[in-house]
Amino acid sequence: MATVEALRPELARSKPARGLWGDAFARLRKNRLAMVGLIIVIVLFLLAIFGPIVAPYAYQAQDLKAVVANGNRPIHPGDAHHILGTDQLGRDLLSRLMDGARISMSVAIVVQLVVLLIGVPIGAIAGWFGGRIDNLLMRFTDVMYAFPDLLFIILLSVAFRETPFGKAMDGLLVVFVAIGLTIWVTVARLVRGQLLALKETEYVEAARAIGVSDAKIVTRHLLPNGIGPVIVAVTLGIPSAILAESTLAYIGIGVKAPRASWGSLIADGQRLIRSDPHLVLFPGIFIAVALISFTFLGDGLRDALDPKLKGKQ
Amino acid sequence: MAPADETMTDPGTPTIIEVSPDDARRVQTPDEPGTNKAHKADKLLKVTGLSTHFFTQEGVVQAVDDVTFDLGYGETLGLVGESGCGKSVTALSIARLVPDPPGRIVSGSIVFDGIDVLKLDGDEMRHLRGKEIGFIFQDPLTSLNPTLTIGYQIAESIRQHMGLSSKAASERVAELLSKVGIPRAKDRLKDYPHQFSGGMRQRVMIAIALACDPKLILADEPTTALDVTIQAQILELIQKLSDEFHTAVLMITHDLGIAAGMCDRVNVMYAGRIVETGTVDELFESPRMPYAWGLLDSLPRLDDVRGDRLRTIEGMPPLLIHPPDACRFEPRCRFSRDICRRDEPELTQRGNPLHLARCWATQPDGWIP
Repeated sequence: MATVEALRPELARSKPARGLWGDAFARLRKNRLAMVGLIIVIVLFLLAIFGPIVAPYAYQAQDLKAVVANGNRPIHPGDAHHILGTDQLGRDLLSRLMDGARISMSVAIVVQLVVLLIGVPIGAIAGWFGGRIDNLLMRFTDVMYAFPDLLFIILLSVAFRETPFGKAMDGLLVVFVAIGLTIWVTVARLVRGQLLALKETEYVEAARAIGVSDAKIVTRHLLPNGIGPVIVAVTLGIPSAILAESTLAYIGIGVKAPRASWGSLIADGQRLIRSDPHLVLFPGIFIAVALISFTFLGDGLRDALDPKLKGKQ
Repeated sequence: MAPADETMTDPGTPTIIEVSPDDARRVQTPDEPGTNKAHKADKLLKVTGLSTHFFTQEGVVQAVDDVTFDLGYGETLGLVGESGCGKSVTALSIARLVPDPPGRIVSGSIVFDGIDVLKLDGDEMRHLRGKEIGFIFQDPLTSLNPTLTIGYQIAESIRQHMGLSSKAASERVAELLSKVGIPRAKDRLKDYPHQFSGGMRQRVMIAIALACDPKLILADEPTTALDVTIQAQILELIQKLSDEFHTAVLMITHDLGIAAGMCDRVNVMYAGRIVETGTVDELFESPRMPYAWGLLDSLPRLDDVRGDRLRTIEGMPPLLIHPPDACRFEPRCRFSRDICRRDEPELTQRGNPLHLARCWATQPDGWIP
């Protein structure tokens, strides 16, 4: 066969083999907004990991002397020792925001982990088996979907308050898991839909025809093909999880003083919003930047993982 | 190859339904490569009275209805007919791949190499698929998973059935790839399906089907999605490799030219039933069923007069919900008489014992001699 491969082998393979993921990442890199989002997300995660180490003060440390010298008023931003100022108790706002990043990023991870661990298996089982199992699981998700989220989270955190699970991570774990339990439904439905469509494809039939087991078909053939939208949904779900935590912190569920999340910082600062707006402004900026970054990244991932969708939306 | 065969003929797993001394011996002594002649007299595949129905909302579709045929070791059998006449469902039934629901094999038996396929449980069936029965699908463009490498997809059945180390497996994969005519096979294992052309992907599908030296390949319209020149190459490849490995092939096609060129014997199917069967020579020289005449007549010929229209068989195959107790081809048949509408003819002998046809008119006492 006189193909180019036989005659000029160096011409035949100028482009290296690139799989789905390599391809998607190459497309993601071309998307400037998504890359900005990705970089900020990485910075936020670094902040969450190393923030408390590099922070100028401990989050609960009080610089009472400075507050007293300021006439018992919070120190405003631009101070030599406290760049973003302090609250009324003399606690450094920058340090508290850095510690708050830890809470927000663990929300991002724990909540979405719960979502994936529950949503993907339930969706996969429902989509793969179909019929009665599908019906049963989907009615269950409908019930979960219809249950009031806030009530569910409050009930759960109250119910587990005295157990080790309720006390883990300063009582935050139970709140995170509760948030996850209220939003896994979307991912389950998404995975189910993907599997319903993909299980009819011919490569699944071909895999069956060489004797591949059901479990392997689902994990090796179907999930990698259907995981793109799930990644997008999970990334885009992070902002709502962060927001949910902030909302809960604002109404006093979850993080306990003296620790503060971005949401509880806003709740605390709100009383002084006229005289000391920085106490609300900076946490608000942090929340907004985090939400926008995750959203940009999620949008970019959607375009990268499903090039056919690009520009439509 | 020998150790893999031992597991297959392990007396524990397969259900042996035939108790002829030949079969009993075969179970105790593992198959040696090249000893296929030993059961030349036996058939590799015996399908008897197979009926596969689809239970839909409109009613029961009798997609395959009382189909009986057999296939010898190393033989190539054609299954021809229009779309929707049950060819593919027959093949899927043999591999027990009919989607259930809505489909179900309602009666009949399928004996593959002495094993009653319909009595196997899921695991035993998986062991048979890919290992003993290879499948080549119609559309190579969609039959490969776009997210997995070619190497992985070929190795999948090898790992599943032969228990080779990953190094040995990848060597075998490279060997298979070069056997199906893919140049620089070793370098292409890490490539993805989109880097292969349609013809090359069908070669990959053939490599997958042959990966574990199966005794039977079910080729379901293997060249329909390919253009004519590639078609010829792929058919030649299937023929060459099935000769080399002494693999039997059930070639499903609507193309009589392919059947004539590749097969030893041909079954003509119509409306879920076999309507004529015979050796290629018999069937093409003296077909004994108006449907086969129509099929042959509808082929374009080199000596056709320019400008003439292509000849067709008028009408459509009947719906297979509640088929009447009559000849199923009768509504489209130019030679039909009252008896065709009253009774369904049996598949009966025409001259040569291997040549059977289902037609009142061409029976010895019929009106077409």
